[in-house]
Amino acid sequence: MQLNDAVTGLVIVIFALAEIAYSTTFPSLHGQAYGPSLFPILIGCGLLACGLALIARGLQERRRAGAQNAPWLRWGDWAYDPATRINMMLVPGALIAYILLSDLVGFIPLVIILLSLLLYRLGSSLGASLLYAVAVTIVLQLLFSRVLLVPLPEGIASTLFR
Amino acid sequence: MDTFLQALMLVLDVKVLGVMLASALFGLFVGSIPGLTATMAAALLIPFTFFMEPVPAIAAIVTTVAMAIFAGDIPGALLRIPGTPASAAYCDEAYAMTRKGQAETALGISLVCSAIGGILGAAVLTLTAPVLAEFAIKFSSFEYFWLACLGLSCAVVVSSGSTLKGFVSLLIGLFIATIGIDVTAGHPRFTFGSVEMMGGISFIPAMIGMFAISEVMRYVASPGSQQAAPQQPIRNVFKGIGSILSRYKFNVARGGVIGAVVGILPGAGADIAAWIAFAMSKRFSREPEKFGTGHVEGLVDSGTANNAGVAGAWIPALVFGIPGDSITAIVIGVLYMKGMNPGPTVFMNQPELINAVFIVFFLANVALIPLGFMAIRLSRRILHVPRKVLIPIILMFCVVGAFAINNTVFGISVMLVMGVLAYIMESNGFPVAPTILGIVLGTMLESNFMSSMIKADGEFSGFFSRPIAATLGVIVIVIWLIPLVRLLVGFVRKPQTS
Repeated sequence: MQLNDAVTGLVIVIFALAEIAYSTTFPSLHGQAYGPSLFPILIGCGLLACGLALIARGLQERRRAGAQNAPWLRWGDWAYDPATRINMMLVPGALIAYILLSDLVGFIPLVIILLSLLLYRLGSSLGASLLYAVAVTIVLQLLFSRVLLVPLPEGIASTLFR
Repeated sequence: MDTFLQALMLVLDVKVLGVMLASALFGLFVGSIPGLTATMAAALLIPFTFFMEPVPAIAAIVTTVAMAIFAGDIPGALLRIPGTPASAAYCDEAYAMTRKGQAETALGISLVCSAIGGILGAAVLTLTAPVLAEFAIKFSSFEYFWLACLGLSCAVVVSSGSTLKGFVSLLIGLFIATIGIDVTAGHPRFTFGSVEMMGGISFIPAMIGMFAISEVMRYVASPGSQQAAPQQPIRNVFKGIGSILSRYKFNVARGGVIGAVVGILPGAGADIAAWIAFAMSKRFSREPEKFGTGHVEGLVDSGTANNAGVAGAWIPALVFGIPGDSITAIVIGVLYMKGMNPGPTVFMNQPELINAVFIVFFLANVALIPLGFMAIRLSRRILHVPRKVLIPIILMFCVVGAFAINNTVFGISVMLVMGVLAYIMESNGFPVAPTILGIVLGTMLESNFMSSMIKADGEFSGFFSRPIAATLGVIVIVIWLIPLVRLLVGFVRKPQTS
């Protein structure tokens, strides 16, 4: 996903303005000229300046290369292929699913499902995906839960591996 | 001498040696698979180091990285795909040698030069770090403020791509560092009421995200077909290496020095060291016309430089807590977790630990020769491991790793956000290294600035009142002026060219 510098710059400028506005609400240190707001405001000003410079640069590039050759947004090759488009969404999707569901479902069933889905989508056969997923999940569970003593969420699988 | 023996005892422990062997195999494997970088290997190791004593934890990272940086040369030479970015500089040259039927020599030179480079870098580290530490013990908040500035500026100047984008990247990192309870007044900043955000963005999940998740996304975006290694017999890689080395002994020394010096610079690591060394090699070669046709000279220079850079990066990391590259940024995180806060006091209070780090460096690079040889022999099999299977497994490792730091899913959220951010940044030409430096050095910068201001009673001249602080300050200001001058020169020249 390639953005024209002007678009990136605009996003940065908006972010910087919001950040500076929010930072001014921080209380100041008693008897000191500088408080917790100093660094955020300085960073915000820096981002603002860079954002403006990026906007200028992006517009200049668009003028030079023409709007056709320098679009505001150029999707990567993955966006034109439905399969990779789904896969690209699947990576953050799997992480979000884990964040939301791991306590409820438990580590073992959830990771088996997510892993076999990912393996299958990336080109392994269904059988191999399931096999790898189960094997890897068991190794991860034993390694982290038993050897490294990480309290992985048990969820509905709490009766297993006791 | 006593501390040296103590350190030796710490390293020559069955457990430590076992950890080193396992990390070596892990590093060789990760390094030789294209798309999996040495930094990613270090990031994936963190959850394990979390449960180790300081010495095996450091030994694991040092060994993994030394092996991975060499192993990156293997697919570079055989497939023309660098295994890690550090091998990219000379991968065309190495592949040209393979096409001429000299794969054995290319890999042999890579292996031996990597080991020599690693040892040279370790020697520089061993000799300079304690001296610097003795000097640094006199530093106060003024000097540390300027040092942090120096590190950050350096990261922007040396980062690949445009300076402007490097600066944006740095500011993003600095902003991330301000999230959480602020250092002077204890006011929560940008936490939006979240208790978990108050502790700040945990650094380790952020690193796993920026180096592993972004890499996973990049693979998924363009899977590409897996190439098979050429069927060239690789038996004795050490044949004829001696004569090449004696012919190019000066190149070995130069590569080692370039590597160590570039490694010391914050934000520049093994990959930039290799590019610079390769360019220098070509520039000062007696036969520059042979470069590009499978000439071994450039390989000697840059193969030495990238491994020397790995050790060089540890110098500022151990002495000042300023990472020399992204790997040592991870190391600093691990050291803090182990209660071994980097800085000159570690050299005074725990010299045996510091000496153990030095010994591990030498040991890992000596072990590189036999283990690397084994990896070369097995390379065809390693390159056959399907990446479509590895990538989902790595993703799940990241999930468990990010979770294990605080045992909350908050770590996974941080990892996800930083991973997506790093992916978008890299696909738009924003270098990621300055962001990491910003996250690591942001707190250091702010707290030293605030305490200096309180000490100097709000007078900015206090930052120039001590001789070392004044010198550092002047250097920083000169570095800040370089891009401005360049910009001005560009403005002046532009009308003439167009």
